[in-house]
Amino acid sequence: MKSIILIAGTRLLVALLLVFSVYMLWRGHNEPGGGFIGGLIGATGFVLYAIACGTQATREALRIRPEIIAMVGLGLSLGAGLIAGLFGDDFLTGQWLFIGGSKEEGGFPLSTVLMFDVGVYGVVMGSVLAIVLALEEEEED
Amino acid sequence: MSWILALPLLIPFVTAIAVFLLSNSPKMSARVSLAGSLAGLVAALFLFAEVASTGVVAGQMGGWPAPFGITLVADMLSAIMVVITAITAVAVALYALGEIGAEQSRLGYHALFQVLIGGVSGAFLTGDLFNLYVWFEVMLISSFGLLILGGRPEQIDGAVKYVALNLVSTILFLSGIGLLYGETGTLNMADLSRVVAEHPDQGMMTLIALLFMIAFGVKSAVFPLFFWLPASYHTPGFAVSAVFAGLLTKVGVYSLIRAFTLIFVSQPEVTHTILLWVAGFTMVTGVLGAAAQSEFRRILSFHIVSQIGYMVLGLALFTPLALVGSVFYLVHHIIVKANLFLISGISQRMTGSGELYRIGGLYAAAPLLAALFLIPAFSLAGFPPLSGFWAKYVLVKASLDADAWIIAGVALLVGLLTIYSMTKIWAEAFWKDDPSGRIPKAPQDGPPLWPCYAAVVFLAVLTICVGLVPGPFLAFAETAATQLLSSDAYINAVLGAQE
Repeated sequence: MKSIILIAGTRLLVALLLVFSVYMLWRGHNEPGGGFIGGLIGATGFVLYAIACGTQATREALRIRPEIIAMVGLGLSLGAGLIAGLFGDDFLTGQWLFIGGSKEEGGFPLSTVLMFDVGVYGVVMGSVLAIVLALEEEEED
Repeated sequence: MSWILALPLLIPFVTAIAVFLLSNSPKMSARVSLAGSLAGLVAALFLFAEVASTGVVAGQMGGWPAPFGITLVADMLSAIMVVITAITAVAVALYALGEIGAEQSRLGYHALFQVLIGGVSGAFLTGDLFNLYVWFEVMLISSFGLLILGGRPEQIDGAVKYVALNLVSTILFLSGIGLLYGETGTLNMADLSRVVAEHPDQGMMTLIALLFMIAFGVKSAVFPLFFWLPASYHTPGFAVSAVFAGLLTKVGVYSLIRAFTLIFVSQPEVTHTILLWVAGFTMVTGVLGAAAQSEFRRILSFHIVSQIGYMVLGLALFTPLALVGSVFYLVHHIIVKANLFLISGISQRMTGSGELYRIGGLYAAAPLLAALFLIPAFSLAGFPPLSGFWAKYVLVKASLDADAWIIAGVALLVGLLTIYSMTKIWAEAFWKDDPSGRIPKAPQDGPPLWPCYAAVVFLAVLTICVGLVPGPFLAFAETAATQLLSSDAYINAVLGAQE
């Protein structure tokens, strides 16, 4: 079923959902949110796109196979945990880098915690999309 | 200190990513999977050596102190289980070289297998109940993927039963965790050990304990919650069912042992009495169920159930010697049972079927396989001097010492009936001629058979080693049992290591 209304609406909604998912990921550091919920919202955007425009178009829009996204995400999360080892800390201990000045001077903070969350985002979005697209394609056959 | 604990978890996951990226090249991914499993074994042995020399090892992940962060902790039992997991992983990864074809590799067999091994190791190492639940989920999802790999109707049928019953267990486990957290405000196992003992409402604690007992009971397939196991274990590939048979139910038994020695020990007259009845019924129903079957792997599946009863028996008696028996039985059983499933795989390759009445002639066609079958089969039945004899001997002696005459008799009788099933497999698959007159022979096309044999020989040699030189293994099991019975070392390692 192709609905012109759904397709037109989806264009807007998908962009909004994807931006919102990144916002949730970002906000998750100190407030409710984070990689898991962000990944789910991001996946929702692509699922909506798949319902409106078909799975083939979704796979093209994604460019990368969802399984690969999930695995790269797992790699990022593991990597974030492993970095702590370079500094002699326990596995998964957060490491911080302040760009343009120290913490007190208001430097821009970057951390392995964020990297871990980005990895979780990839794992959740990738695996949800892999499952949903596979189920949708089963139906289309 | 914490890295030595984290490595047995990290290596399988890193390997999983690597084999996934290589999944278009089946040969390479199978080799990388084997290499990863070997690296995991080395890491596990390092951890074991550390625990054996310094006692309980604990580490706080992310540097958050217990009981707030997630603790990984290895006492002797955990270390033994991690090593035995790694050994099984090596054997099965080796066997997979000779079974897993290009299609299954592309579908992600090796990646799922490594994630499963990571999940099992995680469950053995975690010191946090909620984290244990997470590892259960990791195992459930990856094992579900492995079960349906290939997509034959009977696989889907088995997998649906498997997942349905395991989800019930998961829900009960989660409810138990919720109630326990609501009552005590902590989920760190070492912390719980203190808090639960001092909690004013012991009735509530026992109620929660029973929730956990049912949840872990489903996982470990005890009477009357075992139906999912014989319904699903004979359907997937052999490299899959061997690792399931060896490890999955034992995670349930491990969790039972951990929960009912460390956390819920305040009303043993309730909890451990129930466990004793459960153990007896599990042994008997499992072995009787096996006697009624005529399919190679279905017989073995029912025997898993029956053997789980022995391990629970040791926990239920709750004496030092009985716990030694449980731990020793766990180790013996994982090696033997995984090996029997691998042998059933070679047998099916050569005869084309697992239905015992339709096959035969294996003794004449493959005497080596027949000899290799006898080792784990006799060990399972408890023939001296194989590993199963010592395991059963310790448990029966512990029952007699505890004046539990009836359960000792049940254990001996079940051992006798186990021989019946093993001789049935022997007589049908190996001794008699093939009813259709064909001579068993592996098809020429397909992956080579030698890695399968190598894996079987590896495990058979281990069984003989444990049987001929049981001393050090019993000593390790005794250390594990001592640590289980006096949990001070465990608690101090977790809560005292905060600095």
